[in-house]
Amino acid sequence: MNDDVQRLPISVTVNGDERVLEVAVHHTLLDVLRDDLALTGSKECCLVGECGACTVILDGRTVDACLVLAVEADGTSLTTIEGLASEGRLSPLQAAFLDHGGVQCGFCIPGQVVSAHALLQDNPHPTRADVDEGIAGNLCRCGCYEQITEAILRTAEASGR
Amino acid sequence: MRAFSYERPETLADALALLAANGRDARPLVGGTDLIIRLRDGTARPRIVVDLKRIPELRPGIETTTDLLTIGATTAMTDIAAHALVRQRFLALAEAAAVVGSVQIRNRASLGGNICNASPAADTATPLLIYEAVVIVAGPGGTRRIPIRDFFIRSGETALRPEDLALSIELPIPGHRTGSVHLRRTRRRGHDLASVTMSCLVDDRGITRLAFGSVGPRPILVEETTGVLADPGATDGAKAALLETIFSSATPSQGSMRASPEYRLAMLRVLGRRAVAIAIDRLAQP
Ligand code: FES
Ligand code: FES
Repeated sequence: MNDDVQRLPISVTVNGDERVLEVAVHHTLLDVLRDDLALTGSKECCLVGECGACTVILDGRTVDACLVLAVEADGTSLTTIEGLASEGRLSPLQAAFLDHGGVQCGFCIPGQVVSAHALLQDNPHPTRADVDEGIAGNLCRCGCYEQITEAILRTAEASGR
Repeated sequence: MRAFSYERPETLADALALLAANGRDARPLVGGTDLIIRLRDGTARPRIVVDLKRIPELRPGIETTTDLLTIGATTAMTDIAAHALVRQRFLALAEAAAVVGSVQIRNRASLGGNICNASPAADTATPLLIYEAVVIVAGPGGTRRIPIRDFFIRSGETALRPEDLALSIELPIPGHRTGSVHLRRTRRRGHDLASVTMSCLVDDRGITRLAFGSVGPRPILVEETTGVLADPGATDGAKAALLETIFSSATPSQGSMRASPEYRLAMLRVLGRRAVAIAIDRLAQP
């Protein structure tokens, strides 16, 4: 490690667990999630905020983790794709992605699911247009948009209310 | 990413002192949706990144008095797009904030960052121009006010000095009825920077303001006071002639990968006509 690199301690709640670690100030939240915390569900892809493969929820709002410095996350609460299943059981949203054939190669899926999860938290009964807008920041090279949209809409329907 | 040092001042005075001491070697950070890309690709190479998000004076938020709406410079696009009074009185700004990037970008990108980066394609620039916003700026000599029409100099350059910080953006609440709209042209919905941005305001005195961006080094504001553009009964021909004059100041660059100059100029006219018509409609709505 280069001596010139400034490191700072941060404390973040990741999927409910309080984590205290030291990070290089020029490392992104995505770097730290993947390399320091071994949470490799969030994917590294475009690194310019266009593909959404790195989407995580920071204090209740989705962000592209490739465009957040890890130090900026100090004191925040994060949800990553690893935080959605509980006790080894997929969340209804995750299960719907599988049921509707939304997952092909799977690379974009963690980001898609995290965006969809946040969308449904804010807006439990989205219209198709709301879903389109809600996942517009998540690209899918396999072109599963129809199936993904369907999965999100059906999850919302099934949750009733 | 190249290494830099990171400072997180807890007072405005400390932030200004850091900027004053480091000049162009320091870069303020708010949302990071532009800066972090530039840190990574090397087009920004600051020695120090100054994170403004722990400064009480710079907390995000929107405040209103009877004649003024004040938006903190660090306020995220998501909050501007959703704010009831912004939607009611400054709809073009809400519409612009709602089309910046994607949800993930809007949750992070700030109004101050959007205007201080001074991209000619910045979505919020044209609505701020038609609403005659004022940027409140803090610097070594104290606080000053910069009317938005004097703020943008050229691509990447504003009236701010390296040691200045934008604190907030003030929008005077119009004393009369207005209709306004923001439109843009992009290659794809969801992410792209705009090939043309356009905002239009008409008011019940017959004044029309058109602001357009991405067709020259800085966004341009033109005010039309003959009443012809704002007149629902005026002929298309009469309006087209006025719009021709208004758009004569557009000078789109040759080298852009997003759209040819010819395309931009053609779309400028299309969006201009459309924006005027929508603004007139909205003015007529009760
Ligand atoms: S890797 Fe972060 S948006 Fe593409
Ligand atoms: S499933 Fe392959 S990129 Fe989306």
